Amino acid sequence: MFTLILLYAAAAVLVPWAAGRDGRALGYAAALVPAATAAWAVARAGDVAGGHDDTARLSWAPGLGLTIDFRLDALAVVMLLLVGGVGAVVLCYAARYFPSGPRTERLTVGTLVAFAGAMTGLVLADNLLVLYVFWELTTVSSFILIGAGHPERTEDRRAALQALLTTTAFGLVMLAGFVVLGETAGTYRISEIVADPPGGAAARTAMVLVLLGAFAKSAQMPLHAWLPAAMVAPTPVSGYLHAAAMVKAGVYLVARLSPAFAETGLWSPLIVSVGLVSLLVGGVIALRQDDLKRLLAYGTVSQLGFLMVLLGAGTRTAALAGVALLLAHGLFKAPLFLAVGVIEHEEGTRRAYELSGRRRPVLTVAAALAVASMMGVPPLLGFVAKETALKAFAHGGADAAVLAGIVAGSALTVAYGLRFMHGAFGGSADEEGRPRTPWGLVGPVVALAAAGFAGGLLTGPLDTLLAGYADTLPAPHPGYELALWHGLGLPVVLTLVAFAAGFALYRAFGRTFPAPPVRWRAPDAQDAYDGTVAATLAAARGVTRRVQTGSLPAYLAVIGTMVLLLPGVGLVSGLLRGTAPAPSAERLSGWDEPGQPLLVGIVVVCALAAVRVRRRLSAALLLAGVGYAVGGLFVVHGGPDVALTLLVVETLSLIMLVLALRRLPDRFPPRRRTTPARVGTALLSACLGGFVALFLAVAALSRTAAPVGPAYAGPAREEEAKNVVNAIIVDLRALDTLGEIVVLAVAAMGVAGLVLTGPGAPPLRERRTVRPGPTHGMRGEPSRPPPAPREGRTRWLAAPGRPPLGGSSVVLEATARLLGPTLLVVSVYLLVAGHGRPGGGFVGGLVAGMAFVLRYLPGGKRELALAIPVRPAVLLGGGLLVALASGAAGWLIDGAFLYQTTYHAHAPLVGDIHVPTSLFFDIGVYLLVLGLVLTILTTLGASLERRPDEGRDGGAEEAARDVAGEEPR
Amino acid sequence: MTGPTVTLMVAVAVLFATGFHLMLQRSLVRIVVGFMLLGHGGNLALLLAGGPSGAPPLLGGKDDREMADPLPQAMALTAIVITFGVTAFLLALAYRSRLLTGEDEVQDDVEDRRISAAERADPDTWTGDPVEGGTEPAPRDGPEPASGGAGPGERPPGEGGPSGEGAPPDERPPGGGG
Repeated sequence: MFTLILLYAAAAVLVPWAAGRDGRALGYAAALVPAATAAWAVARAGDVAGGHDDTARLSWAPGLGLTIDFRLDALAVVMLLLVGGVGAVVLCYAARYFPSGPRTERLTVGTLVAFAGAMTGLVLADNLLVLYVFWELTTVSSFILIGAGHPERTEDRRAALQALLTTTAFGLVMLAGFVVLGETAGTYRISEIVADPPGGAAARTAMVLVLLGAFAKSAQMPLHAWLPAAMVAPTPVSGYLHAAAMVKAGVYLVARLSPAFAETGLWSPLIVSVGLVSLLVGGVIALRQDDLKRLLAYGTVSQLGFLMVLLGAGTRTAALAGVALLLAHGLFKAPLFLAVGVIEHEEGTRRAYELSGRRRPVLTVAAALAVASMMGVPPLLGFVAKETALKAFAHGGADAAVLAGIVAGSALTVAYGLRFMHGAFGGSADEEGRPRTPWGLVGPVVALAAAGFAGGLLTGPLDTLLAGYADTLPAPHPGYELALWHGLGLPVVLTLVAFAAGFALYRAFGRTFPAPPVRWRAPDAQDAYDGTVAATLAAARGVTRRVQTGSLPAYLAVIGTMVLLLPGVGLVSGLLRGTAPAPSAERLSGWDEPGQPLLVGIVVVCALAAVRVRRRLSAALLLAGVGYAVGGLFVVHGGPDVALTLLVVETLSLIMLVLALRRLPDRFPPRRRTTPARVGTALLSACLGGFVALFLAVAALSRTAAPVGPAYAGPAREEEAKNVVNAIIVDLRALDTLGEIVVLAVAAMGVAGLVLTGPGAPPLRERRTVRPGPTHGMRGEPSRPPPAPREGRTRWLAAPGRPPLGGSSVVLEATARLLGPTLLVVSVYLLVAGHGRPGGGFVGGLVAGMAFVLRYLPGGKRELALAIPVRPAVLLGGGLLVALASGAAGWLIDGAFLYQTTYHAHAPLVGDIHVPTSLFFDIGVYLLVLGLVLTILTTLGASLERRPDEGRDGGAEEAARDVAGEEPR
Repeated sequence: MTGPTVTLMVAVAVLFATGFHLMLQRSLVRIVVGFMLLGHGGNLALLLAGGPSGAPPLLGGKDDREMADPLPQAMALTAIVITFGVTAFLLALAYRSRLLTGEDEVQDDVEDRRISAAERADPDTWTGDPVEGGTEPAPRDGPEPASGGAGPGERPPGEGGPSGEGAPPDERPPGGGG
């Protein structure tokens, strides 16, 4: 069964791809897949009828109970026969119907195959969730198929969207029902649910939800509007959609679940009443249509209602009639659509009163056979089904009303069937000089109609096939078998009544083309749909207009206000009413360490000043002040690692800010906010700060459990690490760290993308062409030799250029030259020492970055290009790769990702060596952080350099020159 | 055992207040500064949550005080580096914004303003057609005065308060070319 589904998937992809060669042949080839499906179903039918269901199972995520179950039982065989048989015929027809060539039509054929595949999967699925997936696949396929014919026409797009929205929306409702059903039953396997149906209110709710989905899919009143609208689709699509796929899914679902729920009180009345309404109203509307396809579409709504009545009734005879009609409907509705397709193909219109009335003898006979089957004329399959249906409800009681409805529906069917024949084939014009209709188009019509004829004669084999499903339902009146002739009885009489009434109706209402206008206009389902969509859009626009002003400060203010309103008010009211948890023994203290008040004072002063200042540079410097003071607080608190990292980061941030500020005006733009707005902002911010502090105080005082942090000391000791913080980062919580360095890599890529691409950036071509060999950095070392060192100076740097900030300085150059390598060594020390002392990959990488900053500041971008060994992107990717590889090595060691261990070795002279594998992870972190710093340097630093003589906004041209390595003038 | 310290709480409060205040501004550099202040505040809050100060979390050290909680330190450490990376990204954004619009200011979202403007100009230009309505809105009929960025006169209702700073200028061509 899996092979079958995969075959469909492959064919669906291959057909559009290969159809460019010979569309016609490939169309026929594609028809082999559904044909094979049908053949397989027939081959297995014997076994299945003998009670041996075919099952297949694929465990996907067994822990979550997610399995893919397929099951071939009697009902599935019937449906497969229909899906495969009609699918094959329709594909043969489509091969001739579409001229091979245009892309959309190739796509249509491919999607038709996918559609058939989705339908096959839906029928075979034995798991509610799998069924839902295939259910939505049919929805998506139908969306493409309806819209693919003329995607440029508004009407087509709207129809496709309507089908999608209606069936998907109610598909979601159905999914909710499935979930409730699955949870109530404790299993999602359909066969198990049917064998042991859950009861109670939850199951009843689920039932109604599932039925809503089925009704929408099967176009039951009042959710039917999408089906007539979908008539814009190409005819083969419509034929398949109506006869075998899509709309049959809802009916199939009802048939599938009927054995489980037929006994519950709500199931049958709900389905039968909805079905009867659809049967009658659909028939009435069909009688008024001029467009032949729309006539058939409303006929389908009506027939689907009939099917619902039969399959939802929950008795054996009704179910037998239901599956028989299911088959019959496929065999008469598909040829009728295809016949209309032939007519439209030749005449260019489907409106009955615009047809030329040309004679098509073969087509007429075939269509007449199909219509006769639809009306229930003996000896066709439709007659057999209808007789059985009448028999099923011919037992009096409440069934009498249903019986009356069925007879009325049959009469309407007769009437619109006659109207269809009249409209399509009623003319008598000459056909001189016209080309004959190709057999490739007529053949499928004839084949399907003949199958309907044969089905009526072969009731014996058919009965064994269909009874397999019908027997799963309770049988109050056992022993009924499908047969062409059961002798005179109530059903025959009623059939005759229906014929007479139908003919009268046709004489009275159905004979005129175009149909007379309707005097009273009932509310239309299409109007309801349009209204719903318009209301949804209007509501969305209204909400957007009111909520989304587009202003970032306003959004942030709303977020801040909500923080104050919800948790803030909750916290304060809890404190006031005394409902807070009992405070623990701890009490607030002024400070832990004497240094804290001083440092906090610096933080407060700098932070407040940063709000007030007007110059950007001042803000940056004050920010650095805050950062260093916070670093001091970390030192005092007992966090040397954090403090070390923070101090380096603060330095780098300050340099980065200053580098970026070169490109921005000296002062902030003047504030344009009104005084009330300013006061409001300040008040909001102050309240927020107060809230956070209050929250922290309350949280700290309400501590009931001991902190988990110190517990990490034990595992760290086991890993022979002395620095617990580092052990947490690279070992105990290494997965977190892995995620964090990925964030860093992404941020670095984002920076590079923002600065190096887009308007104002050097064209990619130049950047590529001027890049020298791998030894020289990414910013393009000039191809000509570097300029001679300046006169009268000792040359400290390799390629001294113009410094990015201010004039050149010998002191700085000398410092850079001397200190740079030292810093690199220190950074490696920090990396290795992290295991036992303060240090680690993060701070090591940052310090290594500082070495390059030192080279860049006095030397400019050329110096940087010389200093950087490889491109920063290589470091970023390489670092990530090393970290991942060291994590993956854990699989080899102990079968767990990121598992770390320590290796011991003894080397002469050196002594014992401990090599923790976490060191390699830390090396990855180190490289990645270094890559981040270098990315920032090359982008925010080197790319933004400006010439002294250049105007304010020289970005693009200058950047291009930079890259081309031109000399500064 | 000493409890939570008030001085640190004061620092956190001030950092959060100033950081949020700066983030409510329009200048991207101010927002960056505010973001970093919030980052410091967050790190200090982590520290506070970890309990009182103590010896550095190094095993086998000579400090005989109780060890400070290492877990918030590890979190703060990675948070610091991430803040650094994100700050770089924000600065790059500021630079790009300046390149594109000539300002490093956060502007109102043009699409939002357009919806608002179109709605008030002529509510009927929006048909109920989800296909047509979404892709071909008002500009075709042209009743709205400012498609693609509201002019100075265009200010949507309800934009008082903190957002009431001037209307966004139209998108300018890149300022390159000196």
